[in-house]
Amino acid sequence: MAEKVGVYICHCGSNIAGMVDVEGLARWAGANLEDVTVARDYKFMCSSLGQELIEEDIKKEGLTRVVVGACSPHLHEKTFRKACANAGLNPYLMQMASLREQISWVSSDKDKATEKAKALISGAVRRVIEQEELFASEAPVNPNTLVVGGGVTGIQAALELADAGYHVYLVEREPSIGGHMAQFDKTFPTLDCSACILTPKMSDVGQHESITLLSYAEVEEVTGYVGNFHARIRKRARSVKEADCTGCGVCIEKCPKKVIDDVFEAGLGYRKAIYRPFPQAVPKYPVIDREACTYYLKGTCKACEKFCPTNAIDFEQQDSFLDLDVGNVILATGFDMFDSTRLPQYGYGRLANVFSNLEFERMCNAAGPTDGKVVLRDGVTTPESIAIVHCVGSRDKKHNPYCSAVCCMAALKFGHLAIEKTGAQVYSFYIDMRTPHKNYEEFYDRLLAEGMQFVRGRVAEVTDAARLPGEEGKLIVQSEDTLAGRQRRTPVDMVVLMGALEPRHDARETALKFGISCSMNGWFTERHPKLDPVATMTDGVFIAGVCQGPKDIPDSVAQGAAAAARVMAMITKGTVLIEPVVATIHEENCSGCRICNNLCPYNAITFLEDKGVSYVNAALCKGCGTCVAACPAQAISGAHFSNEQIFSEIEGLLYDAISGNGAGHKVEPAGVPA
Amino acid sequence: MSDTFEPKIVAFLCNWCSYRAADLAGTSRIKYEPNVRIIRVMCSGRVDPTFVLKAFSLGADGVMIAGCHPGECHYLEQNYKAMRRYYMLRHTLRSMGMEDDRLRLQWASAAEGVQLAAAINEMIEQVRALGPLNWSANWHENGRRLEALGRLAQEHAEAMEVPA
Repeated sequence: MAEKVGVYICHCGSNIAGMVDVEGLARWAGANLEDVTVARDYKFMCSSLGQELIEEDIKKEGLTRVVVGACSPHLHEKTFRKACANAGLNPYLMQMASLREQISWVSSDKDKATEKAKALISGAVRRVIEQEELFASEAPVNPNTLVVGGGVTGIQAALELADAGYHVYLVEREPSIGGHMAQFDKTFPTLDCSACILTPKMSDVGQHESITLLSYAEVEEVTGYVGNFHARIRKRARSVKEADCTGCGVCIEKCPKKVIDDVFEAGLGYRKAIYRPFPQAVPKYPVIDREACTYYLKGTCKACEKFCPTNAIDFEQQDSFLDLDVGNVILATGFDMFDSTRLPQYGYGRLANVFSNLEFERMCNAAGPTDGKVVLRDGVTTPESIAIVHCVGSRDKKHNPYCSAVCCMAALKFGHLAIEKTGAQVYSFYIDMRTPHKNYEEFYDRLLAEGMQFVRGRVAEVTDAARLPGEEGKLIVQSEDTLAGRQRRTPVDMVVLMGALEPRHDARETALKFGISCSMNGWFTERHPKLDPVATMTDGVFIAGVCQGPKDIPDSVAQGAAAAARVMAMITKGTVLIEPVVATIHEENCSGCRICNNLCPYNAITFLEDKGVSYVNAALCKGCGTCVAACPAQAISGAHFSNEQIFSEIEGLLYDAISGNGAGHKVEPAGVPA
Repeated sequence: MSDTFEPKIVAFLCNWCSYRAADLAGTSRIKYEPNVRIIRVMCSGRVDPTFVLKAFSLGADGVMIAGCHPGECHYLEQNYKAMRRYYMLRHTLRSMGMEDDRLRLQWASAAEGVQLAAAINEMIEQVRALGPLNWSANWHENGRRLEALGRLAQEHAEAMEVPA
C-alpha cells in the first residue's frame, strides 16, 4: 500500500519565507513528489494552530507519514513528534527538513535557496516513507544525584536537592569544599564578607543527612545513561582516617614542615604538610601532602601520629574507589585563573609588586597571609598608589576573546578595599566598564565618588625603568588614555592584574568523560544558549556555574538551583523515555565474524558462543551505528537510521540529478542499480 | 565544463558536533553556497562506504563526511572508524580514477559553524573546478561495474575493520 505523506512548510514568519518561496515549494511538493497527499505552508508550524493543522490532516486524510520543513530537528523535532502522537500516528513516522538553519539563514539567492529546499523536502519525503514505527522504552530514574564540584554552585545545587529529600553525592577535588568563593574577602556590590555568607552553607552540606560529601576525590569513569548512571569515584588517600579524626587540629599545630600554599593562599602564605586549606574547611579532616611530608620523603618524623589523640593518622592509607548509582549528574566544576606570566609585558613574576587578583584578594582577607593588610611584596610597606589593570588575558585575541564578566566589578571592589585600608590613590585602567546587574552601576558611582581614578585604555606595559622625575623606585604603567587622546605614564607602588577566568585545564577531558561538548573557548556547551542554559545535549547531565561560561556569584547560584530543579523534575516524574535508536543484529544473517564486537566503545555487543552469533544489548547501545556500517553481511540494522532510509534520503536529495529536471546538469538514467 | 556548472555535494553530518555546527552557522547567519545537501547521521562512524558510493552513483559531484574532532567524539572513538573508512574509500576511489577532492572528511565541533561553512565553500569551489562527475550516466552503461565496486568496497571494509 502506498503511503500517504503530508508535507508542511513553515514560513517561520519571514525567517524562511523571506528567502524561500514557501508557497511555491508546497505546491511543487504536492504536484511532483510521489505519495504526497497533502502539502501545505503555514506561518508558524510550531504554533498550536500549526500543530493542529497536522493533527487534523492525520485524522481526516489518513496520513501515514509527515514531513515538516521548518527549523533544525534539534529545536522542534519533539514538538512535531508529539503532534503526530496526539493524532495517533507513531512519532517516528515524522521527518524534519531544516529549511531555516540549512537554507534560508545561510543563503543569499532566493531562487537557488528554493531549489535547495526542493531537494531537502524531496529527501525527507523519500526517507520518511522508509521510516518504521518505533516505541520509546521507559526506564526508571534513580533518585540519587551526583554533583561534581563543591564551589558555591555545587553547594547550592546539592543543598536544593538534599533539602527536597533527595540524596546527593558531592564530589570535590580539593580537601575542602568552598571553591574560589572561600578565598575571597568581600563580595561585590554589597561588600558582605564572603566567608560569612558561604561557611554556613558549607557546614549545612557537611551536616546534611542527605548529602554524602566526597572531598579530595575525583570522578574516574561514568557509564550508563539518563536515569541510570554508574560513576566510579577515586577517593584519594588523605592519610587520615575520617572515622576516627575529630578535627581537633593538634596534628597541624605539631607538624614541623611548612610549605608555600599556592592553591588557597595563591602563593602568598604558608601551610603545614598536614593541613586544612582554611580554618572553616568542610569536612574538617586534614590531609597529608605526601610530596611535602617529611615522613614520606625521609621516613622519619611522624609528629602528627604521636600527638593525635585518636590515632587517626594512617600513613599506609591507599586511594579507595567508590561505585555510585545515580540518576542525574550536575557538573559545577568552575574555572581556573589566568596565569598572568603569559603576558610578560605586565611583569608578573618578574616585578615584585605586580600582584594577581587572587593574591590581592587573599591580602585583603583578614584571615589571609597579611592579616588583611594591603602591603607591598616586602610585607610591611603600605602602597601610596595602586594601578588595577583590567582584561588581563580576556578580551584579547591572543589569549581569550571573551569578556570574563566579573573583573570590572571585582576591580571596583578592590578599589574600595584599597582606599579603605590604605588611603592610596587607586587607578583603574579599563577598556569598557561593565556593570550590568542590580546595584552594580550604583557601586561604580560610589567608587567615582570615593575618588578612584578611571583611565579608559588598555595598558601596554608595566615597567620599573624610570625615565622621568618622580618615577624612580616606582612601577610605571604605560597606557593610552583614549578619552584624553594621549599616552600616559602612571607611576605607582603596586599593580594588580585582573586575570581572566579560564576553563579548567582538564575541562575537555571532563566533557568527554560525561559525554558533553565544549565551546571553542573550552566552556561546557548548554543545550540551548537562551532557553535551556543548564541542560546539555546528553540527557541527565546538567551544567551550572562558571564551567558553562564566566559569571558572577549570583548567576552561579541561580544556575546551581536551576540545575537542581531540572534534576528534581526528573526524579519526581520517576521515569524517562529512552530513544529507541539502537542497533539490532538479525541472527539469521549473522555469520559470527565478530568484526562488530571490537568496534563498540560501550561493549554492547557480545558474541554468543552457543549460537555462534553476535548480540546487541539494547540497554548499553547508544545508537551510533558504527557496527551497522561495518557489518559485511548487513546483518545489523540501525533503527531510525537504516541503510534503506539513508539510501532513500540520498535518492531524494539528488532527485534533480537523477531525473534531470530542475537545475541539474545531468540527464539520464533511470535504471541506476541500487 | 560550462561556466554555469553548479556541483551537487552530499554531506553526512554527525548529530552531535557537525550537524550542530551547521545549526550554528544558520543561527549566526553565516552565508555559504547552496550546493550542499545535508544528511544527518548519529555519528560519522555510521557512514557506510556504500552511502558515499550511492551518492556518487546517483549524481553527486562531491561527498563530505563530517564528524567531531578526534578525541571529542560523542561516542568516544567512532570518528576514528570513520577516518579509517575514509582513507580506505579514498584509496578505492582514486584507483578508479576519481579526484581526491571529491571526497572530503571534515572535523567540525558544535562550536565551529564558521569553519564548517568555510569548508563547505572551499569544497564547492574545488569540485566546481573539477567539473561534473557524471557517474550516473557513466555507470548506467555498465551497471555491473558498480556492483563490482560495491563488493570491492566491502572487501576493503572487512580488511580495515581490525581492532584499534
